[in-house]
Amino acid sequence: MNNVMAILNNNPQGISLKELTGHRSLASVPIASRYRLIDFPLSNLVNSGVDNVGILLESRFRSLLDHIGPGKAWGLDTKNDGLFLLPPAHINKPGNVYKGDIENFQANLDYIHRSSQEYVIISYPSIVCNIDYRPIVKDHIDSRADITVVYKDLETLYKDSHYTTININDNNRITEMKINPDTRKDTRVSLKKYIMRKDILLEIIDQCVSTGQWDFEKNGISANLDKYNVQGYEIHNYIAIISSLSEYYRRNMELLQPKIFNDFYDTNGPVFTKPKDEAATKYTSKARVHNIIAANGCLINGEVEKSVLFRGVQIGENASVKNSIIMQKSQVGEDAELENVILDKNVTITPGKKLKGDPSFPLIIDKNSII
Amino acid sequence: MSKKEMIAMLLAGGKGTRLGVLTKEIAKPAVPFGAEYRLIDFPLSNCSNSNIDTVGVLTQYEPLVLNSYIGNGSSWDLDRRDGGVRVLPPYIREGGGSWYKGTSHAIYENIKYIDLYDPDYVLVLSGDHIYKMDYSVMLEDHKATGADASIAVMEVPWEDTNRFGVMITDDNKRIVDFQEKPDDPRSNLASMGIYIFNWPMLRDYLQRDAENPDSSGDFGNDIIPAMLKDKLHLNAYTFSGYWKDVGTINSYWQAHMDLLKEDNMGLNLYDRDWVIYSVNPNRPPQYLSSEAKVRNSMINKGTKIQGEVENSVIFYGVEIGRNAIIKDSVIMPNVKIEDGAYINKAIIGQNSLIKDNARIGIGDAINYNVTVIGESETIINGAKIEHGSIVG
Repeated sequence: MNNVMAILNNNPQGISLKELTGHRSLASVPIASRYRLIDFPLSNLVNSGVDNVGILLESRFRSLLDHIGPGKAWGLDTKNDGLFLLPPAHINKPGNVYKGDIENFQANLDYIHRSSQEYVIISYPSIVCNIDYRPIVKDHIDSRADITVVYKDLETLYKDSHYTTININDNNRITEMKINPDTRKDTRVSLKKYIMRKDILLEIIDQCVSTGQWDFEKNGISANLDKYNVQGYEIHNYIAIISSLSEYYRRNMELLQPKIFNDFYDTNGPVFTKPKDEAATKYTSKARVHNIIAANGCLINGEVEKSVLFRGVQIGENASVKNSIIMQKSQVGEDAELENVILDKNVTITPGKKLKGDPSFPLIIDKNSII
Repeated sequence: MSKKEMIAMLLAGGKGTRLGVLTKEIAKPAVPFGAEYRLIDFPLSNCSNSNIDTVGVLTQYEPLVLNSYIGNGSSWDLDRRDGGVRVLPPYIREGGGSWYKGTSHAIYENIKYIDLYDPDYVLVLSGDHIYKMDYSVMLEDHKATGADASIAVMEVPWEDTNRFGVMITDDNKRIVDFQEKPDDPRSNLASMGIYIFNWPMLRDYLQRDAENPDSSGDFGNDIIPAMLKDKLHLNAYTFSGYWKDVGTINSYWQAHMDLLKEDNMGLNLYDRDWVIYSVNPNRPPQYLSSEAKVRNSMINKGTKIQGEVENSVIFYGVEIGRNAIIKDSVIMPNVKIEDGAYINKAIIGQNSLIKDNARIGIGDAINYNVTVIGESETIINGAKIEHGSIVG
């Protein structure tokens, strides 16, 4: 895979996750107890042997930069190739209205030109999975496709989620691609992983820029299905599309099922993340826990059921937490009761408080709140 | 290389004979501890937190695991442009060089390394003690007293003094004499094996000691007695807080039980102002199934727990099957415990497999002894292992 580079497109278009992205980029949304969304595409790439990865930044990227650093956790802190953080176009043109992600590609053309690889994978952090790109790239080369789109037949689509649906003919050629359609005939969904030769990417960028079109998926791929031979590559792995808050909640909760947990973590190599040097999680003699996923550094003194706990969470004595997601360093005071709740980072729930959301619409508490 | 005020030399070559099967293939400082760490993480993290940026680690016995564990030192923030951590195995040089005979001889063999940094002081540490200590405070005390050397000591119960070297001091904390594992203790100030020496002075003593063919090349047996004989100013630096030599199976097990006590016996591993660093094994979060029952235990990442865990420390990558019961035990990395197994007051070595319904640590309910299963052992279905047994 020395001949393949990758660009992670942090474009939040078509995602409604504003509750969690008010102060952070989509890529750094915490997920699955100890990860950020970007850990999954980054780990997939390095596990597949891709060692030149550019990340297109959007806005509010402080937490993303903090998380990624020089890319050491993913082995991307190398002299040759490695990790490249690509600043968004608006940094160069203050006051400019953001037109679309093509602008960001254009602002970083030098990086794409200078990279020595012949092929490029464009991926998005909003779709979480654990896949190996090697067979996909091999298939892309063997099939002589101009562009390969990784897809999965989801069978059921949720109303509250957003998808890029595709239609595909008998020759595996994609004939139709719709971004966030209201009516969904197709249940085959693009996983927003696009493989192509670098010169085709450059051609697409040039075509879009010169015709004043600014959306990579819509104008670059979907509008070019006649011009390019766009092939589908079907995968059957577990995937999680994080495009709305209810979907985010549903996917985190789903990990509590042992089969899904194993599919998620045990296939195609480890998922890397920034290490935090936390001690192991401590359960006191008063702890009562059933079916939870927990990161390190937690102190559990109460009752926790069917919940996902991030690093350094504290659950007080006699507190009860059910069907909830508790993010890093949040504290639940004594006798407090939480059900169907998402606590963002560093939230304090004072003793005795009772908070309850709906299973289909969790109650979310903002970062750093004290309740 | 620029001059450093103080550099640390960490003695990590010991075999740790009394830990038996736990150190069959690794040096004692590489023994896993506290669900997440190896013993050497404690002195290395203390150095890093005390702003000591140059640490020589003296290795000899089974160094491979330790060498790769230390790597370039980045896990402890000790990958420095100038200084940082260096692994120092014995080496041959023009006209000499040999295996390390003892603790001070190991330092003698690395005089060249120390001279590179031209330090005023050298801090000598052991790689096998569990404690949190700010060495910069000890250095301040050392400088304030104007001593030639300082030895960290702590008060131990009088009945335990026969396990330690004890220091007899005058009213100014100046050491006037010492006794090694005395039956008739004249002091209860036990040496913690932590020394600060003025380097030019220590350098002289090391060179003189090397010329003595009868010397065992040991700080306790040779260097400190020689300094006392010469009436050098040896200062006792009193430390209070948690400190444990985990050199025996029992003390190793007990140190884990200490971690589970309500106040951790004063060793707070959750303190973000004095983090104990380690080489983070990259693992998924811990998974506790709906059948799992966990009480008063520490559990690390990468574990899957379906059984019952009480008063135990579970390292990363451990899997515990349905209806298995783990009590008062230390389960080291990547151990698999199958359904229905019972483990009581035991230490299970890395990568071991405990098969269905095996029972470990059974027998007389009074006077239980710790049972030890070594590294990569397999305990077959339904096996019964008496308490106090050592397997491996």
